Amino acid sequence: MKKKENYSLGSKILTVFFVLLCLFWVMPIFEVLINSFKENAAVNTNAFALPNEDTFVGFANYIKGMTFGNYPFVRALGYSFFITVVSVGLILLFTSMTAWYIARVDSAFARFFYYLCLFSMIVPFQMVMFTLSFTADQLKLNTPYTIPVVYLGFGAGMAIFMFVGFIKGLPLEIEEAAAIDGCGPVRTFFWVVLPMLKPTLISVGILEAMWVWNDYLLPYLVLNRTEYMTIPILVQYLKGSYGSVDLGATMAVIMLSIIPIIIVYISCQKYIIKGVAAGAVKG
Amino acid sequence: MKKKKRSHDGAAVNGRLVRRPIRRWFPLFILPTFCCFIIGFLWPFIQGIYLSFCDFNTPRDAVWVGFANYAKAFRDAGFVHAFWNTAGFAVVSIILINVTAFIIAYALTQRIFGANLFRTVFFMPNLIGGVVLGYIWSMIFDAILKSYNTYLTSSATYGFWGLVILVAWQQIGYMMIIYIAGFQSVPGDMLEAAKIDGATGFQTLTRVIIPNVMPSITICTFLTLTNSFKMFDQNLALTGGAPSVMMNGAKLNMTELLALNIYSTYNINKSWHGAAQAKAVVFFLLVAVLAIAQLTATRSREVQQ
Repeated sequence: MKKKENYSLGSKILTVFFVLLCLFWVMPIFEVLINSFKENAAVNTNAFALPNEDTFVGFANYIKGMTFGNYPFVRALGYSFFITVVSVGLILLFTSMTAWYIARVDSAFARFFYYLCLFSMIVPFQMVMFTLSFTADQLKLNTPYTIPVVYLGFGAGMAIFMFVGFIKGLPLEIEEAAAIDGCGPVRTFFWVVLPMLKPTLISVGILEAMWVWNDYLLPYLVLNRTEYMTIPILVQYLKGSYGSVDLGATMAVIMLSIIPIIIVYISCQKYIIKGVAAGAVKG
Repeated sequence: MKKKKRSHDGAAVNGRLVRRPIRRWFPLFILPTFCCFIIGFLWPFIQGIYLSFCDFNTPRDAVWVGFANYAKAFRDAGFVHAFWNTAGFAVVSIILINVTAFIIAYALTQRIFGANLFRTVFFMPNLIGGVVLGYIWSMIFDAILKSYNTYLTSSATYGFWGLVILVAWQQIGYMMIIYIAGFQSVPGDMLEAAKIDGATGFQTLTRVIIPNVMPSITICTFLTLTNSFKMFDQNLALTGGAPSVMMNGAKLNMTELLALNIYSTYNINKSWHGAAQAKAVVFFLLVAVLAIAQLTATRSREVQQ
């Protein structure tokens, strides 16, 4: 027998209301999309109009956007991607190890480090931005290949907090059994503990990736500005220097920078929404 | 509670089998993270506090000046203005975001066709970075205001409410996700009991649901509070502090929030570096006090489960 879902009248009205609200919600991105296909003058005069035969320029804005501001978009995309992947990888690996140590070893140092991590979570970036950029410069951490070290340091607090909370709830008996069977701490961690951490690894990974990918000020201050730009830096640079020159091409760059996010979001939105909910409940 | 009940024997086994071997691997498990933590946080933090008492261009040529930087920071009209701006912005955005997110989450946990799709759409703006968001909305606001022959950075009022709309659009989805998780954790038998006892929908909401989702309310107000105080990227990209007026010979940026004010103070010239660092310390203390006060205030009103 086919099960038929019956929705009440009130629920149907709500659905209509939410459809309208959702259309309103995606309107800003739709605006960027239509303007990225219009010539510059048309964006200036009437941004809300759909492109017509006079104003439609096809993919010309996108072609121009790829090298707009004399900085190849692909290069910024590559740096953003590299920094995000390596930083999040390092954070997940090293902070989960540290968190296991903190949760299982009850030493004064472990406790001290844990409280420092909690403390670092409430410190705003502006407090350390000047001295951090100076320190990073001195230690030659000012390239995309070394900036993950800075991200590991500044992002460790939240990750360790979430991992410690989760590990403390894991039964110790499993690790004891592994030890009795002859596993050393390294094998126990990678073969026994790490697989159990999977849900938290996903949450922490998503939260840190959202932060690193979209971060503007830290890479702007730390990286060698003329040579390395990530996507947020490129967008801000274009707005500052070229924004009034060619709005159409800038809209194309913005669209190009949103597309990867939307692809990732659509393909793993289940994990992202779950990860955010789990992360927030623990925070 | 379980851990305390564990026998003495168990704790000893734990020590011998698990704890002691891990300790030997201290360099592998702790040192990499701790070293990066020192580079990325601890050392810059300590140096930052020290430099707030110094006159400096780079940390190498720092000269101790005591509290002069703090005095200069508080005399700066821009800083005081940015403080009130931030406070007002925080109040408006906390109320707007939390009330809207709560209502949307409540509606989406009812039986609604397409609820999952709506949830996906509302959350999406959260993934886009602050700088890009700022640029998108400045284009939209300018396009709207153009029909009234004006533009976004012509008035501080436009800038303020523009930022509120932007941040609401960005964060409502995030808070909605947290509220939905809260609604779903309300025990079903409690709702049933309320129904049997003849509670109206409104009574169920205020007496059963809200006390049970109090942890979510704590988290969301905490997050919106700290987010609005730390707001930087969106502020920089949307208006960058414009418009500005001259006041007593100094430039006063009307739509600047605290974080942006600190940043732009650095960039005036090197004689302002010390004052900017002093502002940063004040800013840190403010955020820390607010965060702790807010957490203790709301935590005390949560139900014990």
